[in-house]
Amino acid sequence: MASLISCPHCGSRPKEEFEIKGAALPRPAPDAPQSEWFDHVFLRENPRGRYDEYWHHAAGCRRWLVVTRDTASHEVEACRDAAERVPA
Amino acid sequence: MTSYRLSKGGQIDRATTLPFTFDGRSFNGHGGDTLASALLANGQQLVARSFKYHRPRGILTAGAAEPNALMTIGTGGRTEPNTRATVQELYAGLEARSQNRWPSLSFDIGAVNGLLSPFLNAGFYYKTFMWPASFWEKVYEPLIRRAAGLGKATNEADPDAYEKAWAHCDLLVVGSGPTGLAAALTAARSGLRVVLADEQPAFGGSLLSDTAALDGLAATEYVARCVDELRSLPNVKLLSRTTVIGWYDSNVFGAVERVQKHVAVPASGQPVERLWRIAAKHAILATGAEERPLVFGGNDTPGIMLAGAMRTYLNRFGVAPGRKVAIFTINDTGYALARDLEKAGVDLVAIIDSRLQSSVPYAGKARVLRNAVVTDAKGGQALSSIQIKQDGRFQSIDVDALAVAGGFSPIIHLACHRGGKPVWSDEQSAFLAPDNLNGLSLAGAAARTGNLADCVAHGSTEALAIATQLGKSGEAISVQVEGDLSGRVEKPLWSIPDNSGKAFVDYQNDVTRRDLDLAAQEGFGHVEMAKRYTTNGMATDQGKLSNINAIALLAEARGVSPAQVGTTTFRPFYTPVSFGALTGAAKGKHFQPIRKSPLHNWAVRNSATFIETGLWYRSAWFARQGETTWRDSVDREVLNTRINAGLCDVSMLGKIEISGKDAATFLDRVYSNGFAKLPVGKARYGLMLRDDGMIYDDGTTSRLAEDRYFMTTTTAYAAGVMSHLEFCSQALWPDLDVRLASVTDQWAQMSLAGPKARTILQDIVDEDIADESFGFLAAREVSLFGGKLRGLMFRISFSGELAYELAVPAGYGESVADALMQVGEPHGICAYGVEALNVLRMEKGFITHAEIDGTVTPADLGLAKMVSATKPDFIGKQMLKREGLSDPLRPRLAGLLPLDPTQGFRAGSHILSKDAAATLENDQGYVTSNAWSPHLQSTIGLALIIRGPERHGEEVVVWNGLYNEFTPGRICDPVFLHAADEKPHA
Amino acid sequence: MRYSAFSVFRNALDKHRGWSSAWRFPEPKPHYDIIIVGGGGHGLATAHYLAKEHGITNVAVLEKGYIGSGNVGRNTTIIRSNYLLPGNNPFYELSLKLWEGLEQDLNYNAMVSQRGVLNLYHSDAQQAAYTRRGNGMRLHGVDAEMLDRAQLKTMLPFMDFDNARFPILGGLIQRRGGTVRHDAVAWGYARAADARGVDVIQNCEVTGIRRENGRVVGVETSKGFIGCNKLGLAAAGNSSRVAEMAGLKLPIESHVLQAFVSEGLKPFIDHVVIFGAGHFYVSQSDKGGLVFGGDIDGYNSYAQRGNLAIVEHVAEAGLAMIPALSRIRYLRSWGGVMDMSMDGSPIIDCTPIDNLYLNAGWCYGGFKATPASGFCFAHLLARGEPHSVTRAMRLDRFERGYAIDETGRGAQPNLH
Repeated sequence: MASLISCPHCGSRPKEEFEIKGAALPRPAPDAPQSEWFDHVFLRENPRGRYDEYWHHAAGCRRWLVVTRDTASHEVEACRDAAERVPA
Repeated sequence: MTSYRLSKGGQIDRATTLPFTFDGRSFNGHGGDTLASALLANGQQLVARSFKYHRPRGILTAGAAEPNALMTIGTGGRTEPNTRATVQELYAGLEARSQNRWPSLSFDIGAVNGLLSPFLNAGFYYKTFMWPASFWEKVYEPLIRRAAGLGKATNEADPDAYEKAWAHCDLLVVGSGPTGLAAALTAARSGLRVVLADEQPAFGGSLLSDTAALDGLAATEYVARCVDELRSLPNVKLLSRTTVIGWYDSNVFGAVERVQKHVAVPASGQPVERLWRIAAKHAILATGAEERPLVFGGNDTPGIMLAGAMRTYLNRFGVAPGRKVAIFTINDTGYALARDLEKAGVDLVAIIDSRLQSSVPYAGKARVLRNAVVTDAKGGQALSSIQIKQDGRFQSIDVDALAVAGGFSPIIHLACHRGGKPVWSDEQSAFLAPDNLNGLSLAGAAARTGNLADCVAHGSTEALAIATQLGKSGEAISVQVEGDLSGRVEKPLWSIPDNSGKAFVDYQNDVTRRDLDLAAQEGFGHVEMAKRYTTNGMATDQGKLSNINAIALLAEARGVSPAQVGTTTFRPFYTPVSFGALTGAAKGKHFQPIRKSPLHNWAVRNSATFIETGLWYRSAWFARQGETTWRDSVDREVLNTRINAGLCDVSMLGKIEISGKDAATFLDRVYSNGFAKLPVGKARYGLMLRDDGMIYDDGTTSRLAEDRYFMTTTTAYAAGVMSHLEFCSQALWPDLDVRLASVTDQWAQMSLAGPKARTILQDIVDEDIADESFGFLAAREVSLFGGKLRGLMFRISFSGELAYELAVPAGYGESVADALMQVGEPHGICAYGVEALNVLRMEKGFITHAEIDGTVTPADLGLAKMVSATKPDFIGKQMLKREGLSDPLRPRLAGLLPLDPTQGFRAGSHILSKDAAATLENDQGYVTSNAWSPHLQSTIGLALIIRGPERHGEEVVVWNGLYNEFTPGRICDPVFLHAADEKPHA
Repeated sequence: MRYSAFSVFRNALDKHRGWSSAWRFPEPKPHYDIIIVGGGGHGLATAHYLAKEHGITNVAVLEKGYIGSGNVGRNTTIIRSNYLLPGNNPFYELSLKLWEGLEQDLNYNAMVSQRGVLNLYHSDAQQAAYTRRGNGMRLHGVDAEMLDRAQLKTMLPFMDFDNARFPILGGLIQRRGGTVRHDAVAWGYARAADARGVDVIQNCEVTGIRRENGRVVGVETSKGFIGCNKLGLAAAGNSSRVAEMAGLKLPIESHVLQAFVSEGLKPFIDHVVIFGAGHFYVSQSDKGGLVFGGDIDGYNSYAQRGNLAIVEHVAEAGLAMIPALSRIRYLRSWGGVMDMSMDGSPIIDCTPIDNLYLNAGWCYGGFKATPASGFCFAHLLARGEPHSVTRAMRLDRFERGYAIDETGRGAQPNLH
């Protein structure tokens, strides 16, 4: 994994300042069917390649980030604030 | 015992004499020596024993790849096993000891393994030692373990310091030979920020051993000129004694600087080793090439060394390898050694050249045998003769030293740490680093075989390319070189037939050519399988010398090219790294940070005993005179709190301020119970669930204003809840207007519990706190000490008593606690610790993380009412509906009492129905918490029990087979102190 | 060829020219009764037990690289059955029993060494947790023993009992736990399965799963299509990738776990010791190297390599436990790709797709499970129903709410 993460707020910082949560998946609607919630909470694409993941700059600006990286090469493609909605 | 120090020459400081010992014998060396060069200078050529056969071994190399010359140096906590003598700098008083031998290096009983070697070949242990079954552990394995390992670890702690540092640069140059110096200079002159790292104490790499002239200067003078210029430039950082150990993602390199490994007693205030992490925009590996040994019989006999190493000992350290020397070469570099040896007056008797022709003229005195190979070396502990095969005929020549020049393998280790696979080059007869590595290039001999001038040019042009890429400009460096014989690739000589002795491929692990043949024969011909089957390349040198020969021999055995065999994986570290260096300062008491409450000193002054709780030191109990056990103190604290009042430090609870116009909505979504309707000035207990419906944490949240809340979390989950809430507000619901601030460290918080709590508090609180004005669950800012201080006060109880929690700014905590103790004294106040807190909460059936273990639902703990049926959304809502989570057979919270109050039981005991057999199938649950209740005069327990709430009154066995304790008990209500005794609402 | 002390002796006299290959290198047949995807420990063990226990020998094990190239060859070689939950405990105990008879069963010395696995505790809460676990083990007849400080000081005098940040208070030991020579497990199972007629096919990568009318009928491979009646997936680390070929999405993430070995030292650590106040565990191999590791790196990865920060983290915890390690050197680090499941426990089950069977989700505990995993997966494949000790390890347990969550961390794989 990247030894450095380019936080959109703090710049390039050591990985140790961050904590990783896991797959950055859109939360289903509160009234979505059980099956959709089950899929969201328990099932994973687990791709070999491009992957969006939640990271928390816990020892930095305390912002949650979405890091887009490659799970085979570990190259980081992008890093954005998790509050930013991605244009569809 | 035939190597010796020449009367002149070399770069050692002959004016400085450094006494040292080896196996108790005293020797002298000079400044600038390595331990290896000093041993050779003293004629000590037998320095070690091999791993399996205990073969006598000498010094094979002059660097990091050394497989043989491993020894233990230092004493006490500074004992360092498996130190390579070839890289250890000599210092006055160095104590070195040989390893893996008994009773002595020259007479080693273990050498009997050599006689048994026909039975101890590769993989033999997989085929035997199986009968009888119990004998492996009782007999065979202990025997094998007795023989295992090399050096012996100390049991003492290391007295020295270590540290870590970061460096950032445009260009990292690894290696300071001709290539690295040229690269660093070119880049530095162009204005790039450069770090130049070299594992040796002196910069110069192979130039330090070379007798060629560069730009009319002796090689060492050329090095000095380059280094002087580099030192003068402010944009260059020079790191000598620094080994780059690994290449990691984001182009970050790990490196270890041996700051004080070359002194007997390190100066304090300086580390012995420093771990660097170097973030480089680009790196150039100028790591050079490793010379290959040749695989012939007895090729491990002391007195045999690699030709390049012999040249280093001769030219750099002024050490002659022997009195009668031969050179076995497959290329021209052997002739450079021949020239240097003869110039130094060493008797060179023969050059055995595998080729028909050499491309350089040789005018020396030695016999030159062309189209010839050494098939065997003899002599046991010291080389005495070599057997030569030339044109089908054998002859023997008496020699006491033999140089072996088997060609070169580029050192590409680091370039393959991030998954890149080496690529075989027929042209170079070597494995090369893969192309197009992002942020890393190789230059000089690390990239391809070339002469000195090529190396300088290559290093310089690579650096220039990077400078250009980074927007700088400069000029390439070139040099005029005289007297350089390197530079041509020759056909490799992988196998030499007709040996009678063992032909070693991996010296340290005693892997021979026959072992590799056998691996291929038995189906282990894949390079990774051969490695694992024979242990080739798994010794402390990680195959730096052996891997290439093993690959080539496997290729021959399988009838394919080395390209088809491929390599094993290069992995960090390039050379071994100490735990100390990787740990840095985070050791002993500093292993983890220490957190102390703002009331810590108050607790100390009140004779608290502390226990570790996560990173915190929490006051566990406050012993008073005459109390002999911790239980005496805890019982008193519990009883007194229920009779009078007790003051407990709860500052370590997580505290989070939540504000914003949507704070109420936000809380409604993160708690399973409702918060939107909580009135201003009130506190409410809340449960937080995870997405999967299990309880994550609990605590109270108070509404201080319409748009402002104050949340407390458990101590253990304080950081986790904060991160979780930030996640919810930033990632899940960024549209909600909510702001969060962790204020755990801003407030000192104390719980004052007991019937006299109000009376005591009223003494310092300015407002009226009578029940009518400050009722149960009231939560407000209060004025203290006649307006001198503002605090937050909450009427909440974790003890079932009338209780308040008072939070004051952290810096005032101690004074306020002192004041409360003072005004409380006439009312019988006592301090109580986390142990009493635990008893008080258990007597009331309140839960902690002993119960909330991550696998319980609200219903499991009798808190089903805290799950809102009406809220449209809260975390955990959907998955809580899964069928298994309402399975009637889920363990649920119940209380537990021993039938005989004098009998105790422990947390972690399991529950069995009365008279049920002790089997897993009969397991009914387990005790989550236990305590002695001085009120009930009995052990009490909380437990998670199948159908627990339906079984109150049932007799069970509290089963603790681990401690041989089987306590008859009764399931009961988890609330042990009932309403009659209850006073929180009073 | 049967291995024995005698065969070693006899072959030595013949300069070992007489040893035959440990297995065949067969080309695939057009069709098998059962195909196992993955020539690691679990796949090879499954093949062995299919042949031995169920008499099914028309079986192929397909391995994309060389046998044992996955996690069976890159772990820290620990075996134990000290599990807390009834959904796990009987399974791992069966595994340990099978380890205990492995060498005679396989005629291969995998050096099963029951040197004891010790978990240290540093607080009352940890003691309670280990008490619960040890009693759970005892209830199933599994050996477990609580040791106090005095006993530990005699056994492990080199540990930092008093001066460390978190003093050592005691430990739970399972004496029957220990270590096994990991590569030899793959080789032993491969050789035994091969001898019973199983085709172990190396360098054969599965590239697709062919279905007809919904049912699996075979696999596309780098060596062409191979038909089968039943297909078993045992490709931990890559389970999601292989299952995806059948359109199956799993409750699994792939994570990297690093492990380390030190330079060879004279033996001084006799047990497997697990630190309780940080991520560190260690044993010492029969060659003398300390074999140790810590926590997973924490991010999804298919690269078999990790990060330096974790290496440092492991060293810190190691030194906190054994101060004398300071001048001992790490020799090598490596990384394995773990199937991290959503509750930290494995899956051995049928799938919603006919003829497709799944063995996955081993997290970092797959090695110790090898024999039982093979035994139970063979049972499932042969009989179509789960073995009794794997009845909790179902694929639908997450949907139904029956997680086997030993650590109580919930559906976040990197926390297990």
